[in-house]
Amino acid sequence: MYDTKHEIRNTRYQLRKTNYEEVIIAGFGGQGIILAGKLLAQTAMTAGREVTYMPAYGAEVRGGTANCAVVIADEPIASPLVSRPNSLIAMNKASLNKFGGRVKPGGLLVFNSSLIDEKNLDSLDETIDILPVPADEFAVELGNQKASNMVALGAYLQKTGLFSADAAAQALPDVLARRYHKTLPVNTKALHRGAKFAKTTDSIQL
Amino acid sequence: MKAVFARTPSLKDQPTHYCPGCGHGIAHRLVAEVIDELDIRGRTIGIAPVGCSVLAYDYLDVDMVEVAHGRAPAVATGMKRTNPDKIIFSYQGDGDLAAIGTGEIIHAAHRGEQITVIFINNAVFGMTGGQMAPTTIPGQVTATTPVGREVVGQGYPLQVSELLAVLPGAVYVERCSVHNPARILRAKKAIKHGFELQLNGTHGLSLIEVLSPCPTYWRMTPAKAMEWVETEMTKVFPLGCLKDV
Amino acid sequence: MREKGDTSNGVSERTLRCGNEALAEAAVLAGLDAYFGYPITPQNEVTAYMSKRMPEQGRVFIQSESELAAINMVFGASATGKRAMTSSSSPGISLMQEGMSYLAGAELPAVVVNVMRGGPGLGNIAPSQGDYFQATRGGGHGDYRTIVLGPSTVQELADCMPLAFDLADKYRMTVVVLADGILGQMMEPVVLQEKPRPELPPKDWALTGAQGREQNIVRSLWLKEGALEEHNYKLQAKYRQVQETEVRCEDYKIDDADIIVIAYGVAARIVRSAVNRARQEGVKAGLIRPITLWPFPHEQISRAAEEFRIFLTVEMSCGQMVEDVKLAVAGKVPVLFYGRPGGGIPTVDDVLENIRQLTLPLKRLVP
Ligand SMILES: Cc1ncc(C[n+]2csc(CCOP(=O)(O)OP(=O)(O)O)c2C)c(N)n1
Ligand code: SF4
Repeated sequence: MYDTKHEIRNTRYQLRKTNYEEVIIAGFGGQGIILAGKLLAQTAMTAGREVTYMPAYGAEVRGGTANCAVVIADEPIASPLVSRPNSLIAMNKASLNKFGGRVKPGGLLVFNSSLIDEKNLDSLDETIDILPVPADEFAVELGNQKASNMVALGAYLQKTGLFSADAAAQALPDVLARRYHKTLPVNTKALHRGAKFAKTTDSIQL
Repeated sequence: MKAVFARTPSLKDQPTHYCPGCGHGIAHRLVAEVIDELDIRGRTIGIAPVGCSVLAYDYLDVDMVEVAHGRAPAVATGMKRTNPDKIIFSYQGDGDLAAIGTGEIIHAAHRGEQITVIFINNAVFGMTGGQMAPTTIPGQVTATTPVGREVVGQGYPLQVSELLAVLPGAVYVERCSVHNPARILRAKKAIKHGFELQLNGTHGLSLIEVLSPCPTYWRMTPAKAMEWVETEMTKVFPLGCLKDV
Repeated sequence: MREKGDTSNGVSERTLRCGNEALAEAAVLAGLDAYFGYPITPQNEVTAYMSKRMPEQGRVFIQSESELAAINMVFGASATGKRAMTSSSSPGISLMQEGMSYLAGAELPAVVVNVMRGGPGLGNIAPSQGDYFQATRGGGHGDYRTIVLGPSTVQELADCMPLAFDLADKYRMTVVVLADGILGQMMEPVVLQEKPRPELPPKDWALTGAQGREQNIVRSLWLKEGALEEHNYKLQAKYRQVQETEVRCEDYKIDDADIIVIAYGVAARIVRSAVNRARQEGVKAGLIRPITLWPFPHEQISRAAEEFRIFLTVEMSCGQMVEDVKLAVAGKVPVLFYGRPGGGIPTVDDVLENIRQLTLPLKRLVP
């Protein structure tokens, strides 16, 4: 509305400066979307940042989709709702279709390339930084497909430089229900796997 | 003979929002089939509840109204008394009918309102996330009975049909189920009978209770949920006709 | 997200919690004796949390058959001197209005949390501020008031709970905590802490059995000629005292402001960011955030309107609080409104654009 084209193109740099990260994590129920969101929020809180986490709620979630929004900042957060995210972690095709077009120019897309074909990216804004992560494949290699959320989150953390995979792994016991604590090791490995992948992989430019 | 999956005209050709294995879809189909078989679509008015089936009007192709949670029998009363020639039915869940709307259903029956009530008993509040319903069975874990329903303090399952059958104003009360094909057929017969009573001017309320699976909040597969209706629910809610005068 | 209820020795660290759970735990810490509620989105987490936490503490939890029943269960528990609360969302709160009128008439303390959603009718389950009129004017019958708190963060929501119980006990009134779907559902870091209870008047009116004392009666029926009128004057005197002593309000950068935005709850968070952005652009904007919606900060707003500046009210409704702002301003300065109803949420950009447009003429006036 009032941003000049130039400003828009540099959004990501502005973000780094103002430190106001708005990310949407989306996928289908059972992919651990909520857990990934809570873990990001918990990690941010432990690091002393301002943070909000907002799930999609009510009947909206019964159709088998799941999504949540996390805002991380150094100032009081205005709204926990995110209509135009800087970053999107898309774990399945439906969520890429739903949220892909909303990512701000110059933003970041991390997507689960195990389930999403690259041809689905055609309609995205060309200034977006895109990182395909074979999250399910890595998770299966590590012995638990359910850890694909952690692979994607690890890649996202690395790519944004927000927090280390270690920091997230340390926060994990706080968000994971106690009865799942036996999965802590595989989830930790998955975070690191994702981070390592992002460190060594160039993102795509459309 | 009709083809097995032929869609009856009063059922819209539209995918529902119900979870896989949910009983609401089956019950909708039965209601629609009965309306078409009796050829009363042109004079029928339905009342949707507040619950998972709040959007019943998106699937049933008859005139329908959406009303406040639990108040359907009172709304039905207003409709039937001012339009005695119309066929009025309400479609209500166990939260809607047996919790917040207990007063309305008892008094509609008590007054002998000439309406047909389809009462879907799935032992939980589906729409709000699987909380205890008055019909939740002892020991059943729900969002608000974390250690299972304890009869001391949380009460026994409320047997609304038995309660209503006592009232002279209720002329027909039957409990059915939709957990297997034979039961589905029987349920359809019961629903049809309920509508017929209203059609032939029998004075009084008819209520057809339908035991209906909610795989999502019973946390079961659809197949397992069907089985659970048979093995657990019918123990607390015995099937059969409670009253037909 | 530590183990729920890990509040040994009454002090807890910063944890990440959703508003619904935070307010529930805060109520438990505030000495809640009994919770009564009926499920409704978007406050279901309160009911679910209480179903576990209250029995753990040997306290009372009942999932009532309706909101009508819930508010009357609160009436019953409160009449015996216990701390009782209920929570719901808009349609359920509508059903409670009768009970709230009786609570007011009988002068019983009670806490009612409304996690507002879109209306009217069944509306939707999205966040909204459409119940301001109902909360501040009273949806029930008769000349009564309830204290209304409008928190804007999860922390403030939690902090409102002990305050609500204390105010309820102090004035023998219902205190409504007016949250919305965002506050109820969002997670934020929060510190939950047992607070020392201030000195409160003894509940010598409570029904505890007339052992060694005269009979106590809790009632709202006053039939003798003039008795109800007198009872009403007594209530009004109490309400006046509340208005004089309990107003809570926050202002932000208003001293030199050319435009003051008034907003409460979640809308105020959004406005605060818009104010900051406006300042970065050189527009002198400020924010007044009523925390008590009744008693309304009439005086603070009136004082701010002594100088010429533009007032803008921002709400997640079609404009309800704006009427109170206009009353407070009493025509001294222009009061404009921006809002979105039915689950629409104003964005920072929307509010900023409004601020820009409204201050444009000022720029022209002062070169
Ligand atoms: C006055 C009011 N209180 C609460 C609610 C929330 N609510 C919506 S549906 C429902 C219960 C649904 O359960 P049920 O009737 O068993 O139907 P189901 O969803 O299981 O089919 C509740 C409590 C509401 N809409 N209005
Ligand atoms: S939650 Fe239960 S009642 Fe509701 S649609 Fe799903 S299965 Fe059916």
